[in-house]
Amino acid sequence: MLLQRFGFRHGVHPPEFKEQTAGIPIRRLPFPEEVVLPLRQHAGKPARLCVKPGDHVERGDKVGEADGFMSVPVHASAAGTVTSVEWWPHIDGSMSMCVRVAVDRYAMQAARPRLVPAWDGLTIDQVVKAVQDAGVVGLGGAAFPTHVKLSPPKDLTIETIVVNGAECEPYLTSDHRIMVEYPERVHFGIRVMMHALGVKRTVVGIEKNKPDAIAALTRTLPSDLDITILPLTVKYPQGAEKMLIHAVTGREVPSGRLPVSVGVLVQNVGSVAAIAEVFETGMPLIERIVTVSGHGVREPGNFIVPVGTKLADLLAHCGGFTDAAAEVIVGGPMMGIAQASLEAPVTRGTTGVVVLAADETRRPESYPCIHCGKCLEACPVFLNPSALGEFARKDLLDEMEAMHLADCMLCGSCSYVCPSNIPLAQLFSLSKAAVRRRKAAAA
Amino acid sequence: MNARPLVVTASPHLRSRDSTPRIMWHVVGSLVPIIAAATWLFGASALLVIAAATLGALVTERAFGQSGTLWDGSAMITGLLLGLTLPAGLPLWMAGLGGAFGIGFGKLVFGGLGQNVFNPALVGRAFLQAAFPVAITTWPVHGGSFWSLRGDNFALPLMRGDMPDAVTAATPLGLMKFEGAESPVLDMLFGYTGGSLGETSALLIVLCGLYLAARRYLNWRIPVGILITVAVAAAALHAVNPRYPDALFMISSGGLTLGAVFMATDLVTSPITNAGRWIFAAGIGILVVVIRIWGGLPEGVMYAILLMNAVVPFINRATQPRVFGTVKRGRSG
Repeated sequence: MLLQRFGFRHGVHPPEFKEQTAGIPIRRLPFPEEVVLPLRQHAGKPARLCVKPGDHVERGDKVGEADGFMSVPVHASAAGTVTSVEWWPHIDGSMSMCVRVAVDRYAMQAARPRLVPAWDGLTIDQVVKAVQDAGVVGLGGAAFPTHVKLSPPKDLTIETIVVNGAECEPYLTSDHRIMVEYPERVHFGIRVMMHALGVKRTVVGIEKNKPDAIAALTRTLPSDLDITILPLTVKYPQGAEKMLIHAVTGREVPSGRLPVSVGVLVQNVGSVAAIAEVFETGMPLIERIVTVSGHGVREPGNFIVPVGTKLADLLAHCGGFTDAAAEVIVGGPMMGIAQASLEAPVTRGTTGVVVLAADETRRPESYPCIHCGKCLEACPVFLNPSALGEFARKDLLDEMEAMHLADCMLCGSCSYVCPSNIPLAQLFSLSKAAVRRRKAAAA
Repeated sequence: MNARPLVVTASPHLRSRDSTPRIMWHVVGSLVPIIAAATWLFGASALLVIAAATLGALVTERAFGQSGTLWDGSAMITGLLLGLTLPAGLPLWMAGLGGAFGIGFGKLVFGGLGQNVFNPALVGRAFLQAAFPVAITTWPVHGGSFWSLRGDNFALPLMRGDMPDAVTAATPLGLMKFEGAESPVLDMLFGYTGGSLGETSALLIVLCGLYLAARRYLNWRIPVGILITVAVAAAALHAVNPRYPDALFMISSGGLTLGAVFMATDLVTSPITNAGRWIFAAGIGILVVVIRIWGGLPEGVMYAILLMNAVVPFINRATQPRVFGTVKRGRSG
């Protein structure tokens, strides 16, 4: 049981490759000539456009309003002029409505003077409103609106806040650098959340391969708060919400339920720092820390990147591609999305941009399933990917649902280990979409 | 910068270095020492028989399988394993026919690699046992020069092979079963007994298995489970009635080690869950002891594995792990 408390069973050990950027301090990316701001860069409803071509925007001004509670506003990440509102490539592979802003290269890029809300004088509803207004979303990749997480159902109480500093994806070091360079900000964000929610206990889970992050957060630990820094086993997907909760509390989030059902709120360490920033400077979330790494990029690093910076501009600042570069991935290489166009902009959920060399990318050939069982031993939620994969190929959605397809998090551990190179995660992603379509048609 | 074409694939974008051909060729490699030992013990006849069985398997895979499947290495394994279960004096056409039957009816009719229910090498051997019961139980003795054939290897198909000078020996299990005689355990461990080509040196087979298990290309639970079950069952019977052979004899004799290490662990035809692997192994162990002691044949490893192969889908269904965050066992396929 002791082992289980700080880790989870199953999972995989992909090569980490974090040494490329783990020691590189965060630097600020110069403002690009243009930022492209998608109105949809969070889970939930897209923001409602509130500017028109020709408008001048200052840094931090809204270009889109929150459209209901399950939505957040979108802010201009640089001062300039709105040139157009049009469909533009999105990093998820689709097109999305975007506000294009020509950056004013002579602007101060200073935000308008703004009120900084006094965090300790606010009720929970006011904190939730301030966080929503600032457009804070989960910065670990899913971009789930943070204020929604801070508003648990009335019949459930949050006993423990778990801060996710696992960063189990290979290559990525943005969370790592935040913890090393801004530990006070992380603790301040935790303080605001604990105060607003009336929570007494917080656990920060960090994989053991980041000893400097563990040391920095331990050194700056506030004496008046019950915050535990918990080193975790290094394993993918340690940072998956359910795995992390299991590692920290020993409890399993029931299938189909949210973490709050076991009294836990999970926030990514970057989101915690973003909450802190709202109550430190009043600035909305208009820039984020992005790792640019991989064996296909010349000068890897960690950067403060204005949201809306095009991938091409970001990569050009990093010296461009090496000769071996083959695939550009937004996010980590395990769950990230390969890009067809480098015109797509960095969004609030962009943890990193990884350029893989040709010999690292997946090979196309695959073999029949030989029932070796490696996927069963890799799946962190104990599914049978081998059987699910065979069903997926035959479109047997009912059978897949009965075998808990819904519990699959698409972490890709099964595909990673499969010696026959069967694209299991891709099959499951397609099947999940088919199930959603079927449910929508039935409703 | 946009000039170069970008690769776009679905996540995950990394993959482990293991591949199905890599696993298969590692198994082939680990069989090489066993083949060498068989050649040391039985001379050129051993190589001829193994080559004939392998050729039969490869030609069938090439002729009737999907294109390119020859290079995944699985047909090679089937041929080599079948060859190792045959006696050195077997006419070559029989060995080749066995390889062809094993691949054709043991694997390709099910849809090729990954689809078959039964271990193809054992299907081939079961066919030969049914078709040529005398030839396949004619065990030559050791000794003689490398080039002296251990039987009528070059007999023509369907002609009655006459073996004027072949000296044959009974296997330890045959001696035990039909004459009540025991064989020295050390001879069995090192392979100096009558028997099939690869059935003789238990020690060497275990060493090769350890290598594969260390590289995680072989699941150790199956051979360990089989050997433990056989040992416990044999020891219990021996304790009740000393007329039955003891555990050490049962483990080191016949094809048990080859079957436990290389046949029962065939990934395709063994269970996919670890719990299922233990059940599968225990079932094989019990069947081996039952057939050897009460059955009409001296050796039962082949039928024990084939019978347990048949119930693998049920074992898989019954041993699905509990899905994270659920209380009841999930239904499975």
